[in-house]
Formats: sequence, structure tokens, C-alpha cells
Amino acid sequence: MTNFDITSSKIDGMGPHGTNVGLLRVLGPAHVWALGVGIVLVGEYMGWNFAVGKGGAYAALIACWFAGILYTCVAMIDSEVTSTVAAAGGQYTQAKHIVGPLMAFNVGLYLVFAYTMLEAANAITAGYLFSVVATMNGFQGALDQRPFIIMCIMFLAWLNYRGVLATLTFNLVITAIAFIAIIVLFLGTSGVFGGGIMQHASLMEGAASLPYGWIGVLAAMHFGLWYYLGIEGTTQAAEEVRSPARALPFGTLAGIMTLLIAATLTWYVSTGVLPWEFLGDGVNGSVAPLFDTARLSGSNALIWLLGFGTLFATLASANGCINDASRAWFAMGRDKYLPGWFGAVHPKYRTPYRAIVFLVPIALIFALGAPLDQVITFSILSGLLEYTFMPLNIIMFRKKWPLDSIKRGYEHPFHPLPAYTLLALCAITFFAVFLGYGTQLVAMIGFYIVVSLWFHFWRYRFVNRGAQFTMPWPKPKGY
Amino acid sequence: MTHYTPPKQSLLSQLFDVLVLVALTVGALFVPLWMGMAGSSKSVPAPVANPTWEKLGQNSTEAKQYEALGYTPATAHDLILARFDYSFTTISLLVMIAVIIVYYVLMLRFSEAEYRDVIAEKFSKK
Repeated sequence: MTNFDITSSKIDGMGPHGTNVGLLRVLGPAHVWALGVGIVLVGEYMGWNFAVGKGGAYAALIACWFAGILYTCVAMIDSEVTSTVAAAGGQYTQAKHIVGPLMAFNVGLYLVFAYTMLEAANAITAGYLFSVVATMNGFQGALDQRPFIIMCIMFLAWLNYRGVLATLTFNLVITAIAFIAIIVLFLGTSGVFGGGIMQHASLMEGAASLPYGWIGVLAAMHFGLWYYLGIEGTTQAAEEVRSPARALPFGTLAGIMTLLIAATLTWYVSTGVLPWEFLGDGVNGSVAPLFDTARLSGSNALIWLLGFGTLFATLASANGCINDASRAWFAMGRDKYLPGWFGAVHPKYRTPYRAIVFLVPIALIFALGAPLDQVITFSILSGLLEYTFMPLNIIMFRKKWPLDSIKRGYEHPFHPLPAYTLLALCAITFFAVFLGYGTQLVAMIGFYIVVSLWFHFWRYRFVNRGAQFTMPWPKPKGY
Repeated sequence: MTHYTPPKQSLLSQLFDVLVLVALTVGALFVPLWMGMAGSSKSVPAPVANPTWEKLGQNSTEAKQYEALGYTPATAHDLILARFDYSFTTISLLVMIAVIIVYYVLMLRFSEAEYRDVIAEKFSKK
């Protein structure tokens, strides 16, 4: 073992060039949990149900659990790498130190687009929710959702601009409420305490069980990712947590456990009440399935609770997405992968304020101009490309810096089994995306190829070569 | 290894770079939409005239839930009968696989070349 110990509280290798100047270190493990779960929990409140539409209710359950395995691998791999590469930018910074600049540029863009699209999807859902509440309260006609979408994004961007501690403390509170709402809905409708309304047998009989056969199960994997997409965003807080080596693995792994419970409960209550065709159509049918389940429960208390739960989940997710996308954009600006102007920290609030402000209109373009399923698909595709990078990343990391060369805050078990499992599940999901969104998949990869050529042949000239390697690590093996 | 000193980039050039990225991003999402090539659209393969819950293949529980949600057989017709078409050609599948593999190979090869420069410059100083 060398003297390079990134987990030491005395050595600071997180900031640029090993300095401590930059973002404010104020967060603890609970904030990391709130960031990860806060981004993702909205996936239980909306979006996952497209998986029901792709293959039926059973297919969505199988997708839920296989996607759960995929994300458990992601969380384990991410926890190990990020406990040693604890800097803003998360997987972007990991790729920069382990794979190389071009891969890092691509990973940075995956992060920004996955989170910005997710933010747009959240704002669309919040707008929808306001329109439903207006209708339930007697509003006649169609409510214009656009002002709510704009206000939602602008308010959260302002919160992010003002400081990370308030932002993620806000997330912690509203995420906890949204999670508790799911538990209460389960307890109130499942019959655990009597008076259950679940009707799985009659809603899933005959042709409703697997309406597309086994190919529908494969197709459902596409939106199965939505149950958990964004948990890897915990790493973006790396430069702002007080103890990255402890808080990041703890927050991330606690987060994935929370989500596995929430996803399964969500599937159970929704499929036990809503017919699969309605549940599976997230545009014309059930935009917010947990809220719709509460509506059919006959309990006003549950309707209000799940209404607030849905709103809080969308706000928490959009809030976390603004946080994460701006950190990734900021980190790339700081390294000159993007114009250096974006690499500025606010002198008073210590936040990446230019990156936060710049991404607001981008999110608005997508929230106001594209349908929900397309926005979700764009987000999922960026996430999927990122998850495919992760096994390559961990295999190279262990090869270049074996366990005895750098001390890790967390070592994930059974290597390389999680890496190969993750790679296999990504391949299945690529096929699932191909079954309906093949054009978007090719368009997206075409986009990444074009921007990669732009980066390699133009943008990279502005990047300092050696200075971008900021970790206090020994020379990698084989170089 | 010789230390590489990057050129200074003017503010105008930085702005131009951002505009290029934004244009490419918006194009990647909206061009398939504008050209009507975005997938996922469902169609109703076998419409039913004068629909009833029975004709739509709904049992009593499903019919009751639809009514509680505010639907009638006529308004639920398209929602219930619309289906995805998962047919595909082998060629299109092979093209997708090739595109993904070419993309990652390209990434790893270019990255490796750049990475060697980074490591050489970073550790040659020590």
C-alpha cells in the first residue's frame, strides 16, 4: 500500500489540484441519501408505468426486479470508485482519471442530459398535477400548465443558486414525506390492517397477464430503469460532503435499498387497483399512478397525501437534477472541456451559479416542447450509455490501481461479477429500447459521435493535459 | 514530455462553442420528432364498433375500475385496444448493434491516446 490515501481527512485531493478552494463542504450522509432517493423517487410516482404499457403488469414487475439488480451493481461499483475519486462531476471525474478525456467528456454529457431531461419530465408532471387538482376543485376547461412548469423550474434553480445546504435539506424533508406517503398508501389499501382494495387476480387474468408475451417482458426493461434512474447522482455531492469516503457509499447503498422497497410497493398497489391498459399509458391514461390509486381508494386523506407526495417527489427530483446537472457542467467548465466561463463558483453562496442559470432554458425547451415519454426516453438513453461505461470503468480502475495501491473507502464484493452482470443487463436494455425507440437510440448515439469528434479535433486544444489529473494517486500500472 | 500550454479562448469563441453544443442537443431530440420518426406510437389494430365493456374484453372488475376513473366504453376504446408493434428486421437490429459497438470502440481508442499524454505529462514532472 502506498502513502496515497484519498480517504484521509488530512489530505485533500478533491478540489482542483488538491486544494480546498471551491464548493462548500457542508453535507452529511442523510443529504447524500436525500439527493439520490430524491432524484429517483419520482420514478415511482410517474414514468415506471410505461413499463406496464410495454408488456403488462407482470412484465413490469420482472423489469422492476431486473432493473433493481442493474442498479444494485451500479450502486456497488459507484460506491467503490467514488469513495476514491471524490470530486464534483461524479462519473465524469472518474472517467477523466481512469479511462481518458474523450470518454470523460461523453460521460459528462450523459450526466447533464440524463438529469436535465429528468428535470423536464418532473416539471411536466408537476404541471399536470396542478391541472388535475384544478379540475377536482371545479375548474372548467383545460388549465394551461406552462406557467406552472416554468415556475417550478425557476424556483428550484433559484434555490440551487442560493446554496447547497438549504437545497438538499429541503430535499431531505420532502423526499421523506413522499416516501412515507407510499408506505401509508400501501398500509391503507393492501388490507394489512383490513379493508383492502387490491384486486390483482381479476385485473391480471387471461390476456392481461402477459399481453405481448415474453417479448413484452424484454420491452418493459426500457422503462424498468425509471424505477431507479438517478441513484448514481449521489456522487455529484462528493466535493460538498464533509466525509466523502464514508458518506457517499453509506448514502448511496441506503438509497438503493430504499428504492427497492418503494418500487415493489408501488407496483403492488398500482397494479392491484388500476387496469393495465390505463396504468400503462402514461400520456393519455395514468400520468401519476400512485395518485390515481389513491383516487380509487375512496379516502380523501389518501388523495391529499398522495397528491402532495407526487408534488413533493417531482420537486425533490427536479431539485436534485438541477444540483447534479450543474455540478457536472461546472466540473467540465473548470477543466475547460466546456468554456471555462462555466467553471466559476459564486463568491458568496459557493455554488456553481453560472452552470445552474445556463441549464434553466435548456430544461424549459424540453419541458415545454416535447412529450413526456420522449423526454423520459432521452433521459433513460443517456443513463443507459452511462451504465454501460461503468463496468468498463471499474475493470480498468482495478487493473490500473489494484486494491493494494490506493486505499478505498469501500471495496465492492465479488469483482468482476457485478461488472459483467451490469454489462449483460445493459445489453438487454439496449434491445428493449430498440423495440420502439430505435430511431431515438441511433439519433442519440449519432449525436454523441458528432460531439465527440468536435471535442477531439477542436475543443480538447483548450484543455491542460497533466493538470486535469487532480487525484493524489500513484502512476497507473501499465503506463 | 514537453509541457502543453493551451491557447486562450476568447469569450466570443466560448459563446460559439456553447451554441454549437445546444444546437446539436436540441437537434438530437427534436429532429426525430419533427420527421415523425420517433418510435413508441401505438395503433388500434382491430377497432370495435359500438363498444361495450364485454366487446372491449373487460371483465366486471376492470369495467368497474374504468367507470370509477370516469371512462365509458366509447372513451376508453382507444386506450384499451391500442397496441405497440414490436416487429423488426434483422438488418435494423444489426445496424443498432454495430452503431453501439463502433461508438464505444471509438471512445476507448481516442480516450486511450489522450490519456497516455495526460499520464506522461502529469508524472514526468515527478
